[in-house]
Amino acid sequence: MPTELQSRLQPASRPVVAARGADVALEHVSRSYRSGDGAEVRALADVSLHAAGGELLAVVGPSGCGKSTLLELICGLQSPDGGSIACPPAVLMPQRDLLLPWLSALDNAGLALRIAGLSRAQARARAGALFAELGLDGFQRARPSELSGGMRQRVAFLRTLLAGKPLLCLDEPFGALDAITRGEMQAWLAGALAREPRTVVLVTHDVEEAILLADRVAVLSPRPGRVTAQLEVEIERPRARTDAEVVALRERALSALAMGASA
Amino acid sequence: MRRSLRGALPAALLAAGLLGAWELYVDAAGVEEDLLPAPHAVASALWDNRGLVWSNFTVTAEQVVLGLTLALACGLALAVAIHLSPLLRRAVYPLAVGSQAVPIPVIGVLLVFWWGFGVFPKLVVIALICFFPVLVTTVDGLASVDPEQPKLLRTLDASRWQAFRFAELPAALPAALSGARIALAVGVIGAFIAETSTPTTSAYSGLGREIISDAGSGLQTPRAYAATVVLFAFAIACFYALALAERRLAPWAVQSRGDTR
Repeated sequence: MPTELQSRLQPASRPVVAARGADVALEHVSRSYRSGDGAEVRALADVSLHAAGGELLAVVGPSGCGKSTLLELICGLQSPDGGSIACPPAVLMPQRDLLLPWLSALDNAGLALRIAGLSRAQARARAGALFAELGLDGFQRARPSELSGGMRQRVAFLRTLLAGKPLLCLDEPFGALDAITRGEMQAWLAGALAREPRTVVLVTHDVEEAILLADRVAVLSPRPGRVTAQLEVEIERPRARTDAEVVALRERALSALAMGASA
Repeated sequence: MRRSLRGALPAALLAAGLLGAWELYVDAAGVEEDLLPAPHAVASALWDNRGLVWSNFTVTAEQVVLGLTLALACGLALAVAIHLSPLLRRAVYPLAVGSQAVPIPVIGVLLVFWWGFGVFPKLVVIALICFFPVLVTTVDGLASVDPEQPKLLRTLDASRWQAFRFAELPAALPAALSGARIALAVGVIGAFIAETSTPTTSAYSGLGREIISDAGSGLQTPRAYAATVVLFAFAIACFYALALAERRLAPWAVQSRGDTR
């Protein structure tokens, strides 16, 4: 039974997707590219990942392990060299917020709706209805340059949600924020996803963030990225970073990361 | 209003200082009026010839405004075409650069042969001189979008046209307006070149042909300086009109520069 919020989030011009979304399955995916000097770089090697509809899959790994490549593959911006990818339509929330500096917060949030063919007034009404819920009330008319880093990420997330796709690909969404804001934003994202369930692939280098937010954590090795561990996070929400279970799982993930790096 | 008056004060003081120094120099060195008229002589020539100067000024001003408009239209259209087609970029860009080296008087008579003695050949001359800064700044502006931005727009299902309309076009607007300001600065001298390189049959042929070109022959030098003062003021007025337009059209760019103009 879709909530009122969910039904408002579906663009009128698109078929209504199942609220829980479809499964994501990557089987033996590999991807290489040529670097600037012509050498072949293997970004991903034999990566198999699964996420059930409505799950949040976190992918952690050291910098340069092909995490962003992974998301571009899932979003269909690149094709794999080998293996197969089955996933529903996905929308990307890139590492930098990429808000358009000439649009207000409200118009940035509603960008996907404008692209889907809604009028400016319709897009504003739909995006505006969610502003208060996402803690952005009062900043509708502010330009991105007038917003704090955390607020910009919220607007970018709202833009991602309003694209109305069943699968969200979040690339280090809070990587550029200070520690306090990042903690706030993690709690905020957990809340937003509880109200608005989607299938999410979250890429991060922050193990703690992965465990606080995810249903499942995949650990990647340094380039070429391969899955060295998969952890189920069966901890009740809301989770706190000081919970014994969170701490224990974080240690397991960190040692998996360390083993991947030394292998 | 009071703030803008205070903003104009440094320029007014500097202008007054320069005029004073000019007046003193002419007096002290005893320079002949046909060579360099003193400011007071220029002012009285401007007053005595105000009717003639005004009639010719309106001709020149119209040419500058229409010529700039033509240059903007051509420069923007060409920039978009070059941006969208790498083939056109390779084909057109070198020729556009080369066009800037053509001495206009060489082709002035040809333009009149094609389009007659009216205003159009003059507009073509001005546009030829002015389109280039608009073209270059706009091409760069269109390419200034973050390289990640197209990826984001694709996952939002944007078409090529929508990516252009929502991201590239607005990103290029401040650059295009900067180009327009540069174009304006050369546009006024462009009008002078247009007037002196294309013959005309109209009653007033503009400040350049009618008045300023007399200075070279030693005739009516104060009057030529008076006409120059008018063009001087006109260029400043147009420049600030464009700055005002930028505030309205691209306020985010003015803000991010911390511009207080």
